[in-house]
Amino acid sequence: MATQSSRLAARLTLAPSVIVLFIWMIVPLALTIWFSFRIYRLLSPDRTGWAGFRNYVWFVNSPDFWLAISNTLLLVGGVLAITIVFGVLIALLIDQPVWGQGPLRILVISPFFVMPPVAASIWENLFMHPQNGMLASLALGVGLQPILFLENYPMSSVIFIVSWEWLPFATLILLTALQSLSSEQIEAAEMDGAGALSRFRYIVLPHLTRAITVVILIQTIFLLGIFGEIFTTTQGGPGSASTTLPYMIYKQAVIAKDIGRAAAGGIIAVILANIVAFFLMRSMGKNLDV
Amino acid sequence: MARAVTPRRKLLLTASAWSVALLIFFPVLWTVLTSFKTEVSAVASPPQLFSADWTLENYAEVWQRSDYPRFFWNSVVLSVGSTLLGLVIAIPAAWSMAFVPGTRTRDLLMWMLSTKMMPAAAVLIPMYLIFQRTGLFDSRLGLVLALMLMNLPVIVWMLYTYFKEIPAEILEAARMDGANLWSEILYVLTPMAVPGIASTVLLNVILAWNEAFWTITLTTTKAAPLSAFIASFSAPQGLFYAKLSAASTMAIAPILILGWFSQKQLVRGLTFGAVK
Repeated sequence: MATQSSRLAARLTLAPSVIVLFIWMIVPLALTIWFSFRIYRLLSPDRTGWAGFRNYVWFVNSPDFWLAISNTLLLVGGVLAITIVFGVLIALLIDQPVWGQGPLRILVISPFFVMPPVAASIWENLFMHPQNGMLASLALGVGLQPILFLENYPMSSVIFIVSWEWLPFATLILLTALQSLSSEQIEAAEMDGAGALSRFRYIVLPHLTRAITVVILIQTIFLLGIFGEIFTTTQGGPGSASTTLPYMIYKQAVIAKDIGRAAAGGIIAVILANIVAFFLMRSMGKNLDV
Repeated sequence: MARAVTPRRKLLLTASAWSVALLIFFPVLWTVLTSFKTEVSAVASPPQLFSADWTLENYAEVWQRSDYPRFFWNSVVLSVGSTLLGLVIAIPAAWSMAFVPGTRTRDLLMWMLSTKMMPAAAVLIPMYLIFQRTGLFDSRLGLVLALMLMNLPVIVWMLYTYFKEIPAEILEAARMDGANLWSEILYVLTPMAVPGIASTVLLNVILAWNEAFWTITLTTTKAAPLSAFIASFSAPQGLFYAKLSAASTMAIAPILILGWFSQKQLVRGLTFGAVK
């Protein structure tokens, strides 16, 4: 039905979405590029002018840079690994013949409704606090020293908290996919003598590929920008131990008040996100069949 | 995969599934329980699941110390407003992608999604300046626009996957009967896609409600929603777990309850229509 008038209608109906998204993307990006080549410090407003690539050189050579990059990738990779592995296991368990599947689902989905600052502050104060947190009390109860989660294992703690927030998403998508798997296929494999492990490996896992693709794609988009959880709990510390790229940019802009350097960091983050996006879309796009 | 199992096995499976689910849910439960304790029993060691001295004091104090109704109302306006505005812009776009697909439809969808990959912190300063200059800073309109643009790719994507399942013949029949594009979308397509649209609305209301970067950085008081309300409570450290828990419960309860009631539609929405 690709007549000329329908082509025109297609363009007209697409236009508002494309135009507003383009503006939303390009205007801040252009401004950020502009700032990244300028000397722009809020603390010394009279010093302005071109900086050339000096902001970029400073950012890349700053001691935190590679740590921030690796922390960012660690956060994304760690949360993806944890949520997918446990998501598959929990989905397999709930998919078994059990009583109360509805209420079970409600319990499992709940962390998804908790806004990030609340999730982070619950974990930081009520659970991980070294004196009053529940985990400290439990450790003392069995005669162990409380673990200083956020001080000694800041990255692992942040990864843990973010994983708790995203586990429901992964679990429910995988559960939905599992429930569309026909039981005949499983029974046939069982009769042919396939054990539980090979049934999982050759029937269940291939069936889940598409769902896992969706989980990776959607979660990566949200995980690359994780900020609130770090801001609430560790503030990037101790030192720079849990500083990610978004947090390092935030520190430059809001604490050091050097807009030029923060903008250079922003452009580097955008480039990194685009590299990740490129590989992601390429490897996943076909799988998604949109 | 419903298969016959022995009652013993079913009991065992049920017990393990419930243990895992309760473990995942426990932090939420613990927060709600703590919100009804006194500050002293909130930090009692060993921890008490239920305390003898129940109190509503914490809620009363949080209510007094901050203007909860205003934060709450702002959250409602921002999440519902941004979602509805997003629908108005996204429905025609999704119609076009689903029923007049071109060679670049997939690239366009991927591009839209990729705009979400730009780390918000990277463009914080430009956004701040733009909002200041245009008078959108700390205004509901500004935040509605920002949240709408943030979630627009998700809305378009979800609507597209739902629209694709509707047979094009039905729309064509309507066109034969003389319906123009506007009434085709409004009176034929939209009513048929109500379940999909409902899922889309739910997920996006939740995403907007829980957004905590732009809502905190681009507001001060007038337009600040519950994410800013809770940020103001976690700032002073110290012994006030019960009050922190009460404030946390007040911030998450509305969306938690909405989510529980609409769980079925929501799960459908969560998969972005890409998993059946």
